[in-house]
Amino acid sequence: MSVKGVDRDLILRLDAIRQERGDMVPIDEVAEIVRAVLDTLTGDISAGDLRLYRELESLADYIHSARTEIAALRPDEIRSEFIPSATDELDAIIGATEAATNRILDAAEHLEGLSTAMEPQVAERLMEITTGMYEACNFQDLTGQRITKVVRVLKVIEDRVETLVKVFGAGAREEKATGDGNVLTDEDLLNGPQLPDAAPDQAEIDRLLASFD
Amino acid sequence: MAVSKDLNILIVDDYKTMLRIVRNLLKQLGFVNVDEATDGSMALQMLRVGNYGLIISDWNMEPMTGLQLLREVRADPKLKSIPFIMVTAESKSENVVAAKEAGVSNYIVKPFNAETLKTKMVSVLGDF
Repeated sequence: MSVKGVDRDLILRLDAIRQERGDMVPIDEVAEIVRAVLDTLTGDISAGDLRLYRELESLADYIHSARTEIAALRPDEIRSEFIPSATDELDAIIGATEAATNRILDAAEHLEGLSTAMEPQVAERLMEITTGMYEACNFQDLTGQRITKVVRVLKVIEDRVETLVKVFGAGAREEKATGDGNVLTDEDLLNGPQLPDAAPDQAEIDRLLASFD
Repeated sequence: MAVSKDLNILIVDDYKTMLRIVRNLLKQLGFVNVDEATDGSMALQMLRVGNYGLIISDWNMEPMTGLQLLREVRADPKLKSIPFIMVTAESKSENVVAAKEAGVSNYIVKPFNAETLKTKMVSVLGDF
């Protein structure tokens, strides 16, 4: 398609970018192309040219504002920090509930073992109770499967954010705004349970407390 | 005729805690000859050398799923008559239909209780 005022060099350049990048063209390059189109509108400008010029100008403004808004969301941080952290937390939930389930099963098996030393009526009641405990432990398998599904969804989101970061380029990798680095707010202190590998144990906490004495 | 409590049972699940739960429930029902496999291909190897009277299998396992195991069992002349109970969280009707078409003997949806396990076992084995 030829557009009046758009020179051949620009068309060749668009073709070259399309061949090199396919449909995935960084937004910086799109903005540059729009600017180049504006620059190529030479000669006598008709009403149609003017409409095209205004539309392109509005497109350039839209791209600029979208880029700024997406950069403010810090998609790179979502990909590199938030999603991996959420995945680790979910894995920790699976690990913790699995450990708890196995402890409950240990207890139920021990109880069941005691039934041989008891009166038949008591032994039967003990059996009913331990059966209930075994049944209740079913939840762990389902919890694990549900969390695995959530982790898969997070992985899809991570891939989409990765794509977004590639399209919007460096602007999407803006540094996290830093406030006063020395002052922790109440919000900074609310981190919830730590992952087992990162969590200090009680002895370390006691040592830390003792260090204030 | 009541089924013997000496029956050899193979339970298949990639989640070891679930194997432990099923083993305990079977023990409470009086079945103690219970072996475990953690996926379909391991189960198939055990079935080909063992003498099992019942398979209780999960569906969602890798590399061989419970459904693939069921198809392999039903395609093997030596194994095809072994009762096969699927115990799974896959509860969509298309799953049940696929399992039935592959020759499943009965189907238990997780979470399940001891009474359901017993009822399904009686339905495929007879009273015990």
